[in-house]
Amino acid sequence: MIYNEEFETMPREVIKALQAKRLQQALERVYHTVGFYKKSFDKAKVKPDDIRSIADMNKLPFTTRNDMRDNYPFGLFAVPMSSVVRLHASSGTSGRSAVFGYTKRDIETWSDLIARSLVAAGITKNDIIHNAFGYGLFTGGLGLHYGAEKIGASVIPISGGDAKRQLMILQDFGPTVICSTPSYALHLAEEGQTLGIDIKALKLRVGIFGAEPWNDAIRDDIEKVFGITALNLYGLSEIIGPGIAMECMEGRHGMHIFEDHFIVETIDPQTGAVLPEGEEGELVFTTLTKEANPLIRYRTGDISRLITEPCRCGRTHVKMERVLKRSDDMLIIRGINVFPSQIAAILVDIEGLEPNYQVIIDKVGALDTLDLQVEVNDKIFSDSGSIKELQKIEKRIIKDMRDYLGISARVKLVQPNTLKKNDAKIIDKRHI
Amino acid sequence: MKVEQISVFLENKPGTLEDATRVLKEANINIRTLSVAETVDFGILRLIVNDVEKANKVLKESGFRVSKTPVVAVEVPDKPGGLHSIMEVVSKEGINVEYLYAFVEKSGQNAVIIFRFDNPEKAIDVLTKKNFTVIPGSKLYEF
Repeated sequence: MIYNEEFETMPREVIKALQAKRLQQALERVYHTVGFYKKSFDKAKVKPDDIRSIADMNKLPFTTRNDMRDNYPFGLFAVPMSSVVRLHASSGTSGRSAVFGYTKRDIETWSDLIARSLVAAGITKNDIIHNAFGYGLFTGGLGLHYGAEKIGASVIPISGGDAKRQLMILQDFGPTVICSTPSYALHLAEEGQTLGIDIKALKLRVGIFGAEPWNDAIRDDIEKVFGITALNLYGLSEIIGPGIAMECMEGRHGMHIFEDHFIVETIDPQTGAVLPEGEEGELVFTTLTKEANPLIRYRTGDISRLITEPCRCGRTHVKMERVLKRSDDMLIIRGINVFPSQIAAILVDIEGLEPNYQVIIDKVGALDTLDLQVEVNDKIFSDSGSIKELQKIEKRIIKDMRDYLGISARVKLVQPNTLKKNDAKIIDKRHI
Repeated sequence: MKVEQISVFLENKPGTLEDATRVLKEANINIRTLSVAETVDFGILRLIVNDVEKANKVLKESGFRVSKTPVVAVEVPDKPGGLHSIMEVVSKEGINVEYLYAFVEKSGQNAVIIFRFDNPEKAIDVLTKKNFTVIPGSKLYEF
C-alpha cells in the first residue's frame, strides 16, 4: 500500500525537477532568513541563484554538528519563535546539544512522512500501535505518534522503560504493531519469556524498528521470537526525526528516502567530494520543505549506500542501505546518540580536571550496557579518604550520565595507573 | 590530641592489598592497627602506623591514592561496658561516629578504640572532660 501515491511514485525526472525547484526556494529562504547561511554562502562565494540544478549542489558548503552547537539554541531557525509550535533536542550537556524547531506545517509534513512509513509496512487504521519509542525531547515517540494518528490507527503512547508494564499492555490491549529500538524489542521478549509469557501468542504482526544499528541476524531473531515482520525506519532529529526513509515490504532491500522532502547525497567523509550514486559514503541531507529549521547539506556521519534500481513496490524514491557505520566516533547506546567528548565533559565538570577513564560498551542479553572506569585521582581522595565521599562521586557520575545523556552507566572507581595512557578511552565490545 | 590515620584507596580485587603491605614492609613501617572497609568495587585500608609521614610518602610514590584522616584514639579498660561508656558521652553530645576499630594493648589491661567522629575536636573536648584517656598520636605511634 502507498499512502501518498502522487508523490511516492513520481517518475524520476519529475522528482528531480521538483527537487530542483524546491531547492531553489529553500536556498533563497535560508539565505535571507538564517544569518548563519548568509555568512557561510558568502564565505563560499555562492549565491542561491548559482544553484541551477542538483548537480550544482557541490558548490554549497556543508552544515555540520558543530554548526548546530555553535548556533545553540535557536540560531539556525528560519522563522520567529511565534511560528514555532514544537521544540525537540538531542541529548547533551547544556550548550553541547542541538535544538530542533517545527512549525505547524513541519509537524504536518512529519506526520505525513510517518503515515507513509506506516502504510509502507501495511499498517492501517485498524491497527493498534504500541509505541515504545521515547516520548519527550527525543523525536522518536512523538514523531511516530502523530503519523499513527494521521492514518487513524490507535496509538498506545507507552514510551520506553518499565518492561513488566509494557508486557502487561502487550497482552491486555492486544496491539498489532510495535515500534521501538530493535534491542528494546528483544529485551521485552527476554523479559516476557522469564515471566512465562507466550510472546508468540501476542497479537503483534508488524514491528517498526530504528534509532540504532542492527543487522539481518537481529532482524531474524526479532521476527522469530515475536512471529512478526520487522522493518527498518530511518531518521535523525536534525533533519526531522524518524520518517526520512522507510523500508517497504519488498524483501529487505533498503529504505526509500522521501525525496520530495529531502535531497540525499553520499560524500567521501575525508575529502567531502560527492560520490557517484551507489558508492558507500557519508549521507548528506538537504531539507526541501522544512520551515522552522531548514538544513542545507547536513553531514549526518552515517555511512551507507544508495540503491537506485527500481523497486517492485512501485515507489520511485531512491533507497538507502541500513546504516551500520559512522564516519565519526559517535556511539549509539540503547538508541541514544553519544559522543565520547560528551562523556569526557561530564567527568571534567565533576572533578575540575580530566581524569583517566575508560568506557566499555557491551551487551547483556539484548540490551547495551555502559561501564565507566574512572581512576581515583588525588583530588578526589586526599580531602576525605572516606567511602562516603567516593560513593557520592560514583553517584554523581551516574546521575550526570543519566541527566545529561539519558544513559544508565555503571561506574567503577579504580586505582591510579590501572588504565594506561595509550589505552583506548572507548571500548565497544558489541558486534553488529 | 588527634591521631593521623593513613587511608589508602584499594580496588576490590586480588593482589591490591598485598601491593600496599609490600610497600610498607620495604619501608620498614610497622602497623599498629588497621581496618579495611569495603564496597562492591573498592575498599579503603585504614592504618595507624609508627611513621605517618614516611608511610604517606612511600605509598604515594608507589602510585597509591592516600589521604591522612584525623581520628581519635580512646583508651578504656578491656572489660564489659568499656565501649558503651564512650558511646554514652558522645551520643549525648550529638557527635556521630562514622566508623571505629579497636585493638587491645600489649599489657592486656586496656583496649584502644580508634574513632572517626564527624566532629573530632568536640569529641576530644567532651571525652577529656569526662576523664577518658584520649591518646595523642605521638604516643600511639610508639605503642
